[in-house]
Amino acid sequence: MRPDQDPVIEVEDLAVHYRLQGGALARLLGLETRTVKALDGVSLQLGRGEVLGVVGESGSGKSTLGRAMLGLAPATAGSIRYRGHDDAEAQLVSAMSPRALRGLRTDVQMVFQDPGAALNPSMTIERAVGDPLVVHGLASGAELRRRVHEALERVGLSPVERFASKLPADLSGGQKQRAVIARAIIMGPQVLVADEPISMLDMSVRAKILQLMLDLKSDLGLTYLYITHDLASAKYFCDRIAIMYLGRVVEIGPTAEIFAAPRHPYTQALLAAVPDPDPTRMLPRDLPRGEVPDAAEPPSGCAFHPRCPAAFAPCGWEARDLRDQLERYWAGSGLADYESDARVVGDLGAVGTHRDGGLRISTRDPDAAAALLDRARAADVTDPFWRGVTGWRTESDGVRIDLAPGQEPRLRVAPGGEGRVEVACHLHDPSVSHADTPGP
Amino acid sequence: MTSVPGDPSQPREVVLEAEDLRVWYGTERGPVRAVDRVSFDVRRGEILGLVGESGCGKSTLGRGLLGLLPDGAARDGALRFEGQDMLSMRPRDQYAMRGARLGMIFQEPLTRLNPLMRVSDHFTETLRAHEQGLSGAEVERRSLEALRVMGIPPTRYRAYPHEFSGGMRQRIMIALTLVLRPAFVVADEPTTALDVLVEAQIVRTLHDLRATYETAMLLITHNLGIVAEACDRVAVMYAGRIVEIGEAREVFARPRHSYTRELLRSTITLSTEGLEFIGGSPPDLSEPPPGCSFHPRCPDAMQICATRAPRARITDAGSRVSCWAADIADGAPVAADLSAEDRSPLTTEEVLVADEA
Repeated sequence: MRPDQDPVIEVEDLAVHYRLQGGALARLLGLETRTVKALDGVSLQLGRGEVLGVVGESGSGKSTLGRAMLGLAPATAGSIRYRGHDDAEAQLVSAMSPRALRGLRTDVQMVFQDPGAALNPSMTIERAVGDPLVVHGLASGAELRRRVHEALERVGLSPVERFASKLPADLSGGQKQRAVIARAIIMGPQVLVADEPISMLDMSVRAKILQLMLDLKSDLGLTYLYITHDLASAKYFCDRIAIMYLGRVVEIGPTAEIFAAPRHPYTQALLAAVPDPDPTRMLPRDLPRGEVPDAAEPPSGCAFHPRCPAAFAPCGWEARDLRDQLERYWAGSGLADYESDARVVGDLGAVGTHRDGGLRISTRDPDAAAALLDRARAADVTDPFWRGVTGWRTESDGVRIDLAPGQEPRLRVAPGGEGRVEVACHLHDPSVSHADTPGP
Repeated sequence: MTSVPGDPSQPREVVLEAEDLRVWYGTERGPVRAVDRVSFDVRRGEILGLVGESGCGKSTLGRGLLGLLPDGAARDGALRFEGQDMLSMRPRDQYAMRGARLGMIFQEPLTRLNPLMRVSDHFTETLRAHEQGLSGAEVERRSLEALRVMGIPPTRYRAYPHEFSGGMRQRIMIALTLVLRPAFVVADEPTTALDVLVEAQIVRTLHDLRATYETAMLLITHNLGIVAEACDRVAVMYAGRIVEIGEAREVFARPRHSYTRELLRSTITLSTEGLEFIGGSPPDLSEPPPGCSFHPRCPDAMQICATRAPRARITDAGSRVSCWAADIADGAPVAADLSAEDRSPLTTEEVLVADEA
C-alpha cells in the first residue's frame, strides 16, 4: 500500500478461533476441547485501489481472512475496520449491527471459487445477477432489468439476450464465473474479495477471467483481495502479496520484491514448486517434506519448522519432530532395521517429552535407543532436526535428548527490503544467534 | 511399428500401441466421437503426458485404453498391449489383466480407499486377488517395499485411511497400483486435488519411479507445467484427436501446431507479462467442424484449414504434427501443392467474448 493512501480495510491482530466439539462424553467429563486457530494475530491493510494477494496452501487461513472481511467469520480477538469513503469514519466490522453488516456487504462483495456451487441451479442468470438488488430492495421492474443487462454486458456475457434466460447448467465454467462476477459488481461495491476465482477453470479460460477482473478494476475503481494458492497468477495480478501459513502471515510486501528476493523459506519453497512449462526449468530436489500439519495442533515455535529445509536451533523442536525423524530413517533404511528398532522403541509410543525439559525415549534398553539415535543421525546428519539437538545421554530407563530452546518468530521488517517487506523467520532476525545457521 | 517415431536413444520395447483408435458414445443427438483416430505408443519406463482443454477426450482416451468405458460406448481401430489385441479380447480376459498388468490412478484418493480397511488390508486384498498363493510374509514384504518407495514409513502400515493426509493417501494409492508391477498405468489428474508443495513432491516421485518399476505411464493432466516436469513425451489433444506428439522438451520449446502454441501462450506462469488467450471454446464433439477442427479458433487459419484435414507429418525433431500452417512453416513437401487461394487467410466469424470453456 502506498503510504499516502488511507486503507479501505484495516485488519489488526485478528484472530479467528474455532472450538472443535468433542463427543458428548468428553464434554460431560469436562475433557479438554481442541481449538483450531484459523487466524492468529493477522495484521494487514488493504489500500484503496490496490490488489492484495493472499497466498497459501489449504489450512493457511486465507479463505477465513476473506470471509472475516465480510463479517462472515466471527473474530475471536483483534479488529477489522472498514472505511467506505476517504472522508467516512472507519467502522469496526465486528461491532456492526445486522443492518450495518448488510450495508457493508453492498460495499464489499465476494467472488467464490466454484461458480457451479455459487449459482442457484434453478435461477436464470438474469434473476441470479439481479438478486442482490432485489434482496436489498434497491431496484425493481425496468430499472432492475436495465442494471442486470448493464452488468452482464460489462462482464462480457453479451449479447445479453443469449445469456439472460439461461440456467447455470447451460453455461460453461468460464461463463458461470462471469455471471458470479456480474452479481458481485451489480451493487457497485468498493472491494471485491475473490477467493480462488480462477482455480476451478480450464487453463485457457483463466487468463480471460483475470483480464476481466483487471478491466473491471480500472473501469469501476475496485479494490481486490485476491486469495489464491497459485503464485503465478498472483505475480501477474497483485500489487502486494501476503504469504500465509497455518493462520499467520509469514511474509508480506510488494509483489516485485517478494518474487525478486523471497525471504521466508516457505515463500522460497512455494516459488520453487510452481510447475512451469519452461523445459529448461526443473523442480528442485530439496522440496519441503510433509504436508500442512493439523491446525488444531500446530507445531511449536515456527509452525513451518518441521518442513523447513533451513530450520535451525531456535525454531521450536519437539517430540513429534523426533518421531518424524525416526519414521523417515526407517522409510529409507529398509525393513530389517525397522523390525529390530521397533522392539526398542515400540511404534514410537516411547518417544515423548522429558519431565526436566527436552525429549525422552523410554525403553528397557537405553544403549540400543542411543545407538538408534546415532544411526539415524549418521544416516542424514544434515537434516535440520539435528541442528536443534544439543546432545543425548542414557538414563536408567531411557535416553534423554536435550534440545535448543525454541521461540516463535514475529513478523518484523526485513533487512534490505527498504522497509517495505516484513517477514516472520528467525533467519532474518538479527537478535537470534545464527551460529549454526546453514546460511539464509 | 506404427507411424509414431521412436526415439533412437531409447530402444526400449513398446508396451502399448494404439492405431487409429476411436471411442464414441451413443447419445440422443447422435454419436459423439470423443476419441477420433488416435495413434501413439508408450514404451517401457516412459511417461507420456496427455494434455488439452476440458472436453477434448483426454479422460475418455485414458479409460478407453483400459476398457473402463461406460455402457453405450464403443471402441474401434487397433489397440495392442504387450503384443495382444485388446479390442478383440473377451471381457473376462480384459478384466483379468486390469490391476495385474494394467493399472489406474485416480484423482481423489479418499473415494478409492475403503475407510473401514487398514492400509495393510488394502494391500493384502489387492495382492491376494491378483497373485494367488502369496504367503503372509511375502505380502507384507512386497507392500512395505512399495510403500517405502512412495515415502510412507513402515510404522503406518496398519493405519486407517483417515489417519493420513491427502498427499499420503495419494501416495498409498500409487503404491497400491504399483505393488502389482503393472506394465502400463493410466494416471488421470493424480495431483489436481493436492496442495502445491505436495503436488510437486508427487510429480517428482512419479518422475523418479520409472527407474524402480519400469512401468509405462499415461499421465493425463490439464497442467502443462506438470508435463514439463514429469514426462518424457507429450501428446496434445484437441477435439478427440492428437494434434501434436513428441519429446516434451521439444514440443514445449518449439511447438509446431498452432493449438499447442496457443495453449502454452495462454497458460499463466511466473514469466507471464501479458495475458493471452484462445478465443472461442472447443467444439461439440457430435458435430466437429470440417477440415482441421481447430480452425474456427486458430489465429493462423487459412482457406485450406476449413476444408481439408491436415495429414500427420513427422518433423525433423521427431515429433508428429497435423497442421497446415506448420507444414508451410517447415517447408514440408505437402505445402508445395497448396495454391495461393488455399493459403489465403480464413476470414473468421467474430468470436463472442464469452464463448469459452
